[in-house]
Amino acid sequence: MAAAGHVVSLEEQIELWRSYLRRRQAIHSIDIAELEDHLREQVAVLGEAGLAADEAFLVAVKRMGDLDALSREFAREHSDRLWKQLVMVSPDTGAPARARTDAIVAFCLAVAAAVAIKVPALFGMELEQGAGFYARNLSLFVLPLLTGYFVWKRQLEIRVLRWLVVAFVAAGVFANIYPFVSGGDTGALSDTAALTALHLPIALWLITGMAYAGDRWGQTGGRMDFIRFSGEFFIYYVLIALGGGVLMGFTALIFESISIDIEPFFQSWLLPCGVVGAVLVGAWLVEAKQSVIENMAPVLTRLFTPLFAAALVTFLGTLLWTGRGVDIDRNVLIAFDLLLVVVLGLLLYSVSARDSGMPPDAFDVLQVVLVVSALVADAVALWAIAARITEFGFTPNRVAALGENAILLVNLAWSAVLYIRFLRGRGSFSSLEQWQTDYLPVYAAWAAIVVIAFPPAFGYI
Amino acid sequence: MEINKDLIAASSTPIVLAILAEEDSYGYAILKRVRDLSGGRMEWTDGMLYPVLHRLERLGHIKARWEVADSGRRRKYYRITRPGREQLVEEHRQWQAVDATLRGIWKGLSLAGGTSLTAHCPQGA
Repeated sequence: MAAAGHVVSLEEQIELWRSYLRRRQAIHSIDIAELEDHLREQVAVLGEAGLAADEAFLVAVKRMGDLDALSREFAREHSDRLWKQLVMVSPDTGAPARARTDAIVAFCLAVAAAVAIKVPALFGMELEQGAGFYARNLSLFVLPLLTGYFVWKRQLEIRVLRWLVVAFVAAGVFANIYPFVSGGDTGALSDTAALTALHLPIALWLITGMAYAGDRWGQTGGRMDFIRFSGEFFIYYVLIALGGGVLMGFTALIFESISIDIEPFFQSWLLPCGVVGAVLVGAWLVEAKQSVIENMAPVLTRLFTPLFAAALVTFLGTLLWTGRGVDIDRNVLIAFDLLLVVVLGLLLYSVSARDSGMPPDAFDVLQVVLVVSALVADAVALWAIAARITEFGFTPNRVAALGENAILLVNLAWSAVLYIRFLRGRGSFSSLEQWQTDYLPVYAAWAAIVVIAFPPAFGYI
Repeated sequence: MEINKDLIAASSTPIVLAILAEEDSYGYAILKRVRDLSGGRMEWTDGMLYPVLHRLERLGHIKARWEVADSGRRRKYYRITRPGREQLVEEHRQWQAVDATLRGIWKGLSLAGGTSLTAHCPQGA
C-alpha cells in the first residue's frame, strides 16, 4: 500500500521536475526525455540501495546539478535555440500533420485569391480600364477566402457561416449596384466610390474577425485576440510587401540586363496576385508563429509611445507659446484623423499586451499623457474647422472624415477617463480592455454606413 | 580528493570518446563507467554530461539513436563514429604529450603525497 503511494508521488514529483525543465528555452522536450531517463535510472539504483522513493528522487535531482547552470550549458551548446525559430513541423510533438495541413490549406487559399483577382480579366475587365471596379472590390477578392480559412480552422457552425455569407454578399451588392459617376478619361474614382474602396475593407475586416474569434467573439478575450492578430498581421503584411518590392526591383534589374521589359508582367500579374495572396500567407504566418515568437506590435508600441507623446506635447507647447492658429486646408481633417488612429493604435496595442492585474506604472502615465495631448490637439483642430465648415461645404470626404474624427474622439476621451480612474485606483484595467473591445463594431458600423448610405446621399459624385 | 573543473572539462572529451569506443552506451551508464574507472574521484555533475554529448554529436564524433530499453523507457544511445575514433587517437596523442611533460617535471621535484601524483595521469597508464 505504502509502495503504491510512493509510486504515485514519485510520478508526480517527476512530472513537476519535467514541467520545471520545460520552462527552459534552451532545453527541448527531446532533451528532457533523455534527462528523465537518467533521473529514473538513478532513482531506481538508489532505491535498490535501500533509499525510499522520495529520498532517492531528491538525491537524483541533486546529482543532476543546478538547473540554471545546466540550462546555461545547454544554451551554450544550442545557442540557436535562444532564437525562437518558426518550426513548421516539429519532430517530437504529436501535431506535425495538423501544422502541415494548415500550411497547405493556407497556400491553396492564397493561390485561390491570386486566381480570383485575375478572373474578371477573363471577362474583359482589365486592371487599367476597371480601376474603379478593382478598387471597390479588392477586399471582396480576398477577405471571403481569409474568412473561409478561419471558418475551416475554427470549425465554425453552419449557423454562423450563413451570417458571414450574407454579410459578404451584401458587401458585394453595395459595392457594385451604385451608378458611381466616373472621373472621365483620367479614370479617377469619384469621391463616393473612393470612400467605398476605403471603407469596405474596414467593415469586412470585422466580419473576418468574427470568423477569427469564432464562438469567442462575444467575449472580451476573443475580440482582444482579434486585435492582437490584426496588429501582427499588419506588421507581417508590411514585411512581406517590402520583401515583394525588393524581389520585383531585383527581377526587373536582371531582366533589363538581357533587354526584356518585365514591367507589364509585374503590373498585370505579380502585383495584383501578390497583394491578395500575401493576405492569406500573412494571416497563416501569424497563426503559425503566435506562440513561437514575441508579438511585435506591443514592442513597437513601447518604443513609439514616448516619442509620439513627446512630439504631441511639444506641438501643443509650441501652439500655446506662439499663439498660432491651426492652418485649415483641405487635408487637415484627414491629418488629424490619422493622428487619432495612430494614438488609438498605440493605446490599443499597449492595452493588448498589458497584464491587467499589474498596478499602474510610469508607462501608464505616459499613455495618459499621449491620449490627453492627442485629444487636446484634435479639439484645437476641430474648433478651427467648425468655424469654417459651412464655408467649405459638406463634401462626402469631409463628412466621412468628420464622422471618423467623432468616433475616434469619443473612444479616446472615454479611454482617457477610464485610464485616469485606473491610475487613481478607482477602476480596474479590465474595464479599459472591455471598452476597447466593445467599441470594435462601431468602426465597422460607421464604415458600413459610409459604403451603404453615402453614395445615394451625395448623388454618386 | 576533488579534481578541479577545468581538468574535468578538458578531459571529458577523451573520456567519453574512449568509453564509447569500448561499446555503445547511454548517459547514465557512461557516468557510472567514469565513476568506476576513477575510483569515485572523478565526480561529474550528472546533467553536465549531456551538453558534452550533444557537442560531440554536433561535431560528428558520435551519433545518437533512440531505443527502447529493457525497462520499457525510450533511451538515447550514443555510438562513436569514424571521425570520433580519429579524434580519440588525436586526444590520446595530446594527453600523452602532457603526461610525459608532467612526468619529466614531477621526477625532479619532491612533492608531498606521492600517491596523488599518479592520480593526475590515469590516461597515460
